[in-house]
Formats: sequence, C-alpha cells, structure tokens
Amino acid sequence: MIETKNITFSPERLAQVQTLIKRYPEGKQKSAILPILHLAQKDFGWISVEVMDYVAGLLDIQHIEVYEVATFYTMFHVHPVGKNVLEVCRTGPCMLVGSDNIVKYLEQKLNIQDGETTPDGMFTIKTVECLGACGYAPMMQVGEKYHEFLTEEKIDQLLEAFRQNATQL
Amino acid sequence: MSRLKILTEHINKPEITGIEGYIKNGGYRSVEKALKKMQPDEVTEEVKKSGLRGRGGAGFPTGMKWSFIFKGSDKPRYLLCNADESEPGTFKDRLLMEKIPHLLVEGMIVSSFALGVRTAYIYIRGEYMYIMHILQQAIDEAYAKGYLGENVLGSSYSLDLHVHPGGGAYICGEETALIESLEGKRGNPRIKPPFPAVEGLWGCPTIVNNVETICKVPFIINEGGEAYAKIGIGASTGTKLISACGNINKPGVYEIELGVPVEEFIYSDEYCGGIKGGKQLKALVPGGSSVPILPQRLITTTAKGEPRLMSYESLADGGFATGSMLGSGGFIVFDEDQCVVRNTWNFSRFYHHESCGQCSPCREGTGWMEKILHRLEHGHGRMEDIDLLWDVQRKIEGNTICPFGDAAAWPVAAAIRHFRDEFEWHVLQPQEATRRNYGMGRSAEPIEQVTV
Repeated sequence: MIETKNITFSPERLAQVQTLIKRYPEGKQKSAILPILHLAQKDFGWISVEVMDYVAGLLDIQHIEVYEVATFYTMFHVHPVGKNVLEVCRTGPCMLVGSDNIVKYLEQKLNIQDGETTPDGMFTIKTVECLGACGYAPMMQVGEKYHEFLTEEKIDQLLEAFRQNATQL
Repeated sequence: MSRLKILTEHINKPEITGIEGYIKNGGYRSVEKALKKMQPDEVTEEVKKSGLRGRGGAGFPTGMKWSFIFKGSDKPRYLLCNADESEPGTFKDRLLMEKIPHLLVEGMIVSSFALGVRTAYIYIRGEYMYIMHILQQAIDEAYAKGYLGENVLGSSYSLDLHVHPGGGAYICGEETALIESLEGKRGNPRIKPPFPAVEGLWGCPTIVNNVETICKVPFIINEGGEAYAKIGIGASTGTKLISACGNINKPGVYEIELGVPVEEFIYSDEYCGGIKGGKQLKALVPGGSSVPILPQRLITTTAKGEPRLMSYESLADGGFATGSMLGSGGFIVFDEDQCVVRNTWNFSRFYHHESCGQCSPCREGTGWMEKILHRLEHGHGRMEDIDLLWDVQRKIEGNTICPFGDAAAWPVAAAIRHFRDEFEWHVLQPQEATRRNYGMGRSAEPIEQVTV
C-alpha cells in the first residue's frame, strides 16, 4: 500500500509546479489545480485527502477548493488503486465491437470484478466512458498509454508485460 | 468528387511532427503572411468569407463568432482551443494533434493575432496526456523558432501559448464548462448571457474554438477565404474530418470534401469499405452519440428520396422526424446484429455518468433514462416504460443550462421514434431478448411516428 503520510513533491516537481503556476495570470494560480493533481497522482499513486490538502497548500487556496475538483473529475483516483489501473472503455462504439467481452475476460483472468484490485496490488479494473479511440476499439488505457484493437491474446501479453515490469522495479 | 486534403495531405510523413519537417512542407506560411501583410480584422474577414463553421459539433460560423469578441474594454482577451474531444464516436482531433501538432500551433497563432489575444490555451482532455506532451514539444519548438513569445517574427505582436489538461469530464467540452475548468473549478456550465465573447475566462472576452476549426485557419489565410468557400457544397464549405467506427471494414479518420454521398462514404473502399462481414446496415449515428440515430431507410436517402450527402444540411434534412446532424463527425455504423435498445441504454449510462449535476432535469432524468433502459434491455420492461422514457427525455430537452440535456435526450427520442418495434419486442419477448438480438425488424420500413 502506498504511504499517504508526509506527502511532499521532489525539488524537481516543485520547480515544475512553479512553472505551471506561471502560465496563468497573477492571482489565478488556482488554474494550475488540474495539471498539479495529475502530477500528484503520478507520484503518489492516488489522490488521498492528505494529497489534496498538500495541493491546496501549494496553490494557497482553501482545502475544499481542491476536494470539490478532485472528486468531480473521474481521472483522479480518490481511493487506493493497484499499480496498473486497467481503464477499459465500454461506451457505444467500443461495445459494438466487443468491449463487454474484454471486461469479462479481464475479470476472469484476474479474478476480480470491475472496480476491484487484485490482492497483490498489481491490477485494478476500472471501466470508463469514451476515451476517443472508437475506431481502434476495443481498447484500454493504462497509465498514459492507449492499448488498442484488444484481443484476449493481446491482453495476455500485456498483463505479462506489466508483471515483468513490476518485478524489475 | 475531388479528393482535396486540407488538413491531412502531409499527415503520413514522419518528419511532419517536428518543426523543420513541418516548415519544409509549407508550414507557418500563414503566420508570416498574417503578421507581415495583414491587419487582424482582415484575417477575421477571410475566415468569414470562407464560410468555415465550428467543427466541434454545433457548426456555428467561426468568422461570426470571432466578430463577437468584445473590444470595448482594456481587459486581456483569450483564445481557448477546445481539445476536450469526448463525444462518443469522435476521435478526429486526436489524429491532428498527434501527427501534425504544428498545424494547431500555427492556427492558434494566426487566430490569436486576428482576435488581439496575447495569451492562448489549448485545453486537452486529460486522457490524451501523451498527446499533451507532443503538443508541448511543438510549442517549445515554435518558441525557439520565434513563432511564439515576444515580438513574433520581429513584429510588434507577442503571444504566449500553453497547453492545459482536463481531468476526464465530457462536460468540459461545453465552452463555459471548459472555461470554469480552466479556472480550476468543477466543470459546471455557466448561464448565458453573458456569452464568453464578452465575459469568459477570468471575466475577460474569450473565444473557444475546436481543434479542427483552428487547423483550417492556415489554409484559409494562405489560399484566401473564397478559395476555401469553393470547396464543399452550399453552406457546408470546405472539408471535414469524419471519424468512422462501429461495424465497418475500415474504421479510421477520413478527411472528406463536404457533399460526399453517405452511401459512397459507407461502401467505398476509399472510406469505410462497407459493413464488416458483408452484413446488412441497420442504423447510423452520423455525428457523435448525441445526434439522432437513423434507421436503414433514412441513411443513404432522405425521406424525400434524394441521395443523403455528408453535409450539415443534407444530414439534417427532414428535421428530427427523419433526419439527424453532422455534429462532430463521429460516424458510428451499426450492423444487423446490433441491438438498438442496448446501445441506447449504453449511451444513457454515458450521459448519466457525465452529467455535471447542476440542473435537476438532467441530473435526475439521465439516471431515470438509464434505469428504464436497463430494465427494458434486461427483460424486465413494461409496455408503458416506452412512453415513460419518451416523457422523461422530453422533460430534459430544453430545460437545462447547457446543451448537454438535449444531447442526452435526442438519442433516446430518435431510438424510440425509429425503432419502437424493437423496444416493444423487448417487452413482449423478454426471455428471447436476453438471448438474441432483434435484427433488422421493421426498422427498415417506414413506421408510425410517435406522437408527442
């Protein structure tokens, strides 16, 4: 499980945060909230209340201003998730070419349901709405990467690759 | 029909992603021309002459939108590029930003110059993070070459351009929600007026344009608005990116000259390449999930019996009774094995999930529609559910702050309008409906119109 106490960015990240804030007029630093939450999720794995409070401090805004944003935008995990979040698109065009079967296959293969995390903390399955890959469906997003034209074989290979990568780390 | 490509001519050249390759292929000429030979209002005038219409879905004339920007105050003005591509079936802007990012940067510079904008933002959906990095690199290159920053190309004009990620909310494609989001808030659309052109980002005059719209500007400035207006058909000038998906042989993004027959677009090998597996065409959603679904008999010909064309006017011919909309160009094709009830339930779930929750008709209504459709699809439907569904969608449409409510209502209305027999079959044959799909049913024939 990821540690959520003593949340702080690295000095490099803090410099990046300052660059982001400068993109907006003086006094409008709140605009940097989404870009910073993305960085926070990358570094801390998920957006805990401690992370939200930390981001509020960085931006010099009220805690509630971060809570209401972090809970509105579905990309932010406000609960702990696995190391690899398998975000499978299930909206119309993906459904037409078999996304339901992809979800089922993942559920069987990992022995968890949509929204759950494997006991080893390696994978979370999260069905999501349209990711803009309708012509290359079925698809899922893992981290920043899109995996398209999914088949059962391709999923087997991907899961294996994610596991390999994890053992190297 | 000519095969003119305005946006995608060079898109498959590997060097086009970098600024050197882009310039070698004629890139950034419009910046030179606009800044050195034109006044800002002349740029707007060319865009007006071109007849360019917003490519995000609404189809509003771009030049006219620009002319609304309020110039009566000394507040800064902003140009925001809407790259929050999230309408199911739509994946066209992604192609442009990924393959030819400098086209968008070039378009942003010229458009910002026309509007007197000194700081512009590209708001890109958060899931496209890998594309955001591509755009950022392109922006960095443009700064290094003097196309962005202080005194662009030695002129007195200065411009800063930034890219800003969203967080996975469809509603932020609505322009006032996008502005709220860029201000660091929840994506709740604003009541209009005031319109963004008067009071937008941080209370300043703001124009929001779609990626594809902005990417058309360099051609219009290079070749002239009249040259652009000669392409296409009638008031549907120019080319349009169509993202084709669903049960077709060749899904992908195609740049078409507006006016191509729908039949040609679906069956020609140059485009969709026909229905996968040689099946029959059952239905079409021509412009993203929000536009009305069309049954087979209304796809290739209009109700009047004329060939249906890929244009704003022809796709809308017959109004909602027998027509649809070009929308964002998200072209979703359904074969004979697809279930309209299941698809409508799927879309309703999407809208329920994405409703921002501000307006009761939308917040509650989208959830009710999802539940009723779930019941119908899973064999627990009642005959009166169909009319109840019709009633709910009617009470959402037009009763919300932003057009999201309409977008959630229209697909449900059109599905009942054209495929009522399929809904009834789900009620009458619940066991069978969970085992197999209805097939073509009567939807291929004219059926009685639902009364309102």
